[in-house]
Amino acid sequence: MSKIEINNIYKIFGNEPQSVLPMVQDGATKEEVLEKTGHTVGLDNVSIKIEEGETFVCMGLSGSGKSTLIRHINRLIDPTSGDIQVDGLNVMNCNPKELIDFRRHSISMVFQRFGLFPHKTVMQNVGYGLEVQGIKKDEINIRAMEKIEAVGLTGFEHQYPSQLSGGMQQRVGLARALATDADIMLMDEAFSALDPLIRSDMQKQLMDLQAKLKKTIVFITHDLDESLKLGDHIAILNAGKLVQVGTPVEIIMNPADDYVKAFVKDVNRTKVIKAKVIMTPSNQFKDKDKSNNRIKINEEQFLEEFLSKIVCSDTTVEVVDKKGDIKGYITNKELETSLIKS
Amino acid sequence: MKKNKKLYVNLGLLSFFIWLLIFSYNSSKRKPEHVSELLNDFSWLRQWPKWLDLPLMKYINIVFKKLNETYGWIFEAINNFLLWQLMTLKNFLILAPWPIVVLGVAAIAYFASGKKVGTTVFVGFCTFFIGFLHPVFWSKAIETTSIMLISIFLCITFGIPVGILMSRSERIRDKILPVLDLMQTIPAFVYLIPGIMLFGLGAVPAIIATFIYAVPPLVRLTDLGIRLVDKEVTEAADAFGADQKQKLFGVQLPLALPNIMQGINQATMMALAMVVIASMIGTRGLGDEVLLGLQQLNVGRAAEAGIAIVLLAIVLDRITQSYGERLQARNMPIKKEKK
Repeated sequence: MSKIEINNIYKIFGNEPQSVLPMVQDGATKEEVLEKTGHTVGLDNVSIKIEEGETFVCMGLSGSGKSTLIRHINRLIDPTSGDIQVDGLNVMNCNPKELIDFRRHSISMVFQRFGLFPHKTVMQNVGYGLEVQGIKKDEINIRAMEKIEAVGLTGFEHQYPSQLSGGMQQRVGLARALATDADIMLMDEAFSALDPLIRSDMQKQLMDLQAKLKKTIVFITHDLDESLKLGDHIAILNAGKLVQVGTPVEIIMNPADDYVKAFVKDVNRTKVIKAKVIMTPSNQFKDKDKSNNRIKINEEQFLEEFLSKIVCSDTTVEVVDKKGDIKGYITNKELETSLIKS
Repeated sequence: MKKNKKLYVNLGLLSFFIWLLIFSYNSSKRKPEHVSELLNDFSWLRQWPKWLDLPLMKYINIVFKKLNETYGWIFEAINNFLLWQLMTLKNFLILAPWPIVVLGVAAIAYFASGKKVGTTVFVGFCTFFIGFLHPVFWSKAIETTSIMLISIFLCITFGIPVGILMSRSERIRDKILPVLDLMQTIPAFVYLIPGIMLFGLGAVPAIIATFIYAVPPLVRLTDLGIRLVDKEVTEAADAFGADQKQKLFGVQLPLALPNIMQGINQATMMALAMVVIASMIGTRGLGDEVLLGLQQLNVGRAAEAGIAIVLLAIVLDRITQSYGERLQARNMPIKKEKK
């Protein structure tokens, strides 16, 4: 059982979505539906399974339905049809009270434009999730302070959000999402509004936190580099349809269609591909003794870390695992096929 | 099916109109002896005929009479309640020594403006000058202010909840907006009169009329203020599991408060205008002085009273406005710095 299961979700925006649903289910395109009925198809038969403890990235251009999708998981938006299971709980069957309970304890969210409460201090913002649960003020402050420290904002706890920079504001957003200790964290283009340097800072901070906390993170972005960096699995959406789901390497090496190809065209592959992915396994490697120039590389290392040592030379790379056993080899030939293939 | 429904409604309205025409004709006393006369003599096309007259007046009078007879006790109760409130407030302010009242107003300004000395001194002097213009004005201004404060109190207790309801549901909003338009477009005198019919002459119809006149901007701005709260912020409240009450009182209202204060400020100013007009139905106060000045062709007296009204308006405006500005600054400190 996956942590989050989304099954056959349809979302249609308009006055009478139910009446349009059969048409969409029969395979009408977004444009046809808009022209004939004036309804907008937000999501078209999307099913996704998200495992516990992973960072799952949903990617797509604006209007592809990714923000709509993430809002279905905590039911900020109700689907037109389909069901959503989180931890075995069918979210669609929740009554309002159960839904509030679910949002308070099991799931938290980080927003693109931060969604901070301008009239509350950093401390009150971070403690908001606990405040609505009715926890005592002293305890809220202790727990909020912990998270403020975790995101490195100590000393700012009595400031108002508007007194902080964008990056700091999003740290408050992150701390607020962490404060309720929910297993699942939804991040809606959380870093998109930040400038590039601060963004990569925040990405690193998120990865460090994730290494400790092992939460299930659903991350929305339109930036491929970001999704490759953070994602254990990536889902690519186009016009409300799911185009491809896979690990970063799968997406890069085997793009499912032209849309995904266009996305991955400009990616720096050496930052994504690990040695073990492109090596020729030792039992298939023929000219083992051709070159005397040999270096050892760990199978988990990215290409960019050892590329300079082998490119345009006849060095053979021995790819080894943790114990030091040789698993395979990389020569210029393997590099060529992996880097040029599109 | 929908088209049919619309057609039936239109047909119904048409037949109602025809019935109205026939009914008016039949109940008119000045109709011709016989209907056939209309076909022989076309002079009725030249001038609006006397018989083409909807007998609304008669029925409204009947309704009002009935209202007074059967539900008089309700109006009596409202009347007594408002009058009691008014008298308590007025007597308190009049009996208090005037220097204390001046200082009290200044103190309110001081705290409302977030301890700005300039505003405080200014408001204090304006208050002092009301009495300084003419000693009679002091108690008159207190009377005007009391009526106004009671009206504003009514506006807040009814206006803000209605505004909240409107912001929540498109349907309620569509129903209430035309009512608000009506309240603002009907000339004030028109609802002063039913006020007199139901409550008698004096302060209470003035309070009711002022309430009707001043409440629409407050309702509108409350609704607008709540709608203008950043969608992502309300979404955040939802996402963390705030229930309706927590969302309303913890997020929406505090963030809409600058707009609501603006609404209260608007309502206060409109209420002041109305209270002055209400002197025409015998409400005592500063407006009454203007009226006297005009009737006696005593320009000086009317002008003095006019200035006193302006001073009163400034005092009230400064207090409510500066409170709103302070709230605004609290919600968005950065914007204030940029100014």
